[in-house]
Amino acid sequence: MEKFDKKVVRKFDTKVQYLKYKVLREVARHAWDDTLAKNVMDIPKNIVPGKQPTMRCCIYKERAILGERVKIAMGGDPDNKNIIQVIDIACDECPAAGYEVTDSCRGCLANRCEDVCPRGAISFDHNHVAHIDKSKCVECGKCAQVCPYSAIVNRKRPCQIACKVKAISINEEQAAIIDEEKCTSCGACVYRCPFGAISDKSYILDVIDLIKQSENSKKFKVYAVVAPSVSSQFSYAKLGQVITGLKELGFHTVVEAALGADLVAMSEAKELTEKGFLTSSCCPAFVSYVKSEFPDLVQHISHNLSPMVEISKYIKKTDPTAKTVFIGPCTAKKAEAQLESAKPYVDSVLTFEELQALFDSKSMDITTLEEGVLDNASYFGRIFARSGGLSDAVVQALKEQGLEDFTLKAIACNGIEECRLALLKKRKGVLDANFIEGMACIGGCIGGAGCLTHGVKDKAEVDKYGKEAMEKTISEAISLIK
Amino acid sequence: MKVTVCIGSSCHIKGSRQVVTQLQRLITQHNLEEKVTLGGTFCMGQCQKSVCVTVDDAFHSVSPETVEEFFTNHIFAKVRG
Repeated sequence: MEKFDKKVVRKFDTKVQYLKYKVLREVARHAWDDTLAKNVMDIPKNIVPGKQPTMRCCIYKERAILGERVKIAMGGDPDNKNIIQVIDIACDECPAAGYEVTDSCRGCLANRCEDVCPRGAISFDHNHVAHIDKSKCVECGKCAQVCPYSAIVNRKRPCQIACKVKAISINEEQAAIIDEEKCTSCGACVYRCPFGAISDKSYILDVIDLIKQSENSKKFKVYAVVAPSVSSQFSYAKLGQVITGLKELGFHTVVEAALGADLVAMSEAKELTEKGFLTSSCCPAFVSYVKSEFPDLVQHISHNLSPMVEISKYIKKTDPTAKTVFIGPCTAKKAEAQLESAKPYVDSVLTFEELQALFDSKSMDITTLEEGVLDNASYFGRIFARSGGLSDAVVQALKEQGLEDFTLKAIACNGIEECRLALLKKRKGVLDANFIEGMACIGGCIGGAGCLTHGVKDKAEVDKYGKEAMEKTISEAISLIK
Repeated sequence: MKVTVCIGSSCHIKGSRQVVTQLQRLITQHNLEEKVTLGGTFCMGQCQKSVCVTVDDAFHSVSPETVEEFFTNHIFAKVRG
């Protein structure tokens, strides 16, 4: 693989993302030129042209895997309904042996591992070296915690560690497989697999097609609905340049999804006072998780559409022939857009990764563009992008609607594991809260798998962007569209 | 009569909320609710002339300062015929 230079580093977290991006960019480039059908088979060879392998055992395997990536960039397997797809031949069959004793075991005298093991699974050989009896081990990990030499490791696959909803298992061929019923399409495995063997299907071709068909907004208009987490992305350029870039690509205009969030905050606050208990419905991975694992609590999910759907619905109200493309950090939004509740309003979904590929497919350096403006939503709509923001917005929405008598006790669940705990407590009747803010990704949307980069400053960037909003209250922001 | 105010980012920054609020007030004040429908849209593609407003298909550039005059000349006068 070509050198991972600084210019690329500033755009992505990992080389895996970079590789995926290159495939998307090439597919998009040919799609704009109407040369995809002619050149599609050559894309793998164009990406790894040499005779020497750069990533895998041989050049032919590299190209075979790239061929699979091309298919996913073009929409993926139509028979597989899941947005998240495993590339079997790219799966490196990582060890999945569970807890194992390594060479670092010194055969010590203390034998803390043996003492702490609740199942008596640890024994010692003639050199006093520890061994784990797999038939007894329950993978509790206590031995690994107490070993003074860190000699016991958990050989679990990165995809399985990433998947907190336990949707990934290993098949007979030692490749990862996804339980489609459990999978929430959050994309955690996509981001975490060190070999890029799991990917989210791309609809980049549909979007290019929409833009071309629109004939520069003459036939119909294509609206880009941008998630507020954009404020933590494309940090090498100005947000205003991203907006101009979108228009240069052929989008008629750009609208903040955060304005949809403003609408949601208002109606969610009202719904909460009426029902007394509620979970949020913005995060599609959270909603999907509740539906599959906590069907008894589905009744408590807010009936609100998500901000993406809410604002797209409004756009289509003002312009009935409009086409809408949501652009955000989220792979699960691609799944949400296919639900009956969203389908009439959201025409397609792109991630920030895919937007970067679109810019570059047109050889567009957005840092050279003039700065456009983006200002539709309030501070509160914008901070939906980070954990805790939705709860803050509901507090404000209660205040603005004169519903302060209702005492909000929100629990902002940061990541799907915290969501699980809160839902378990609710099921048992011991949850000390009347509102669950459920966000599947750590940090909220800014932690999404479709982000170009993830960093510690992302939350501050969202808050800063929030404060730049012209409208200071939710009511002011939504007064325009009510 | 259909009056559409652009509420896209550029127009929003130049005061489309004030324009909308004023128009709503003026329409109510003159009891024109049944004759004039007020709506919004995102971007008319003429951001440099913002705030962009159309009266049926005629384009107008309005600002919070000129909205009363605009109402009198282009809405009130026409509705009253």
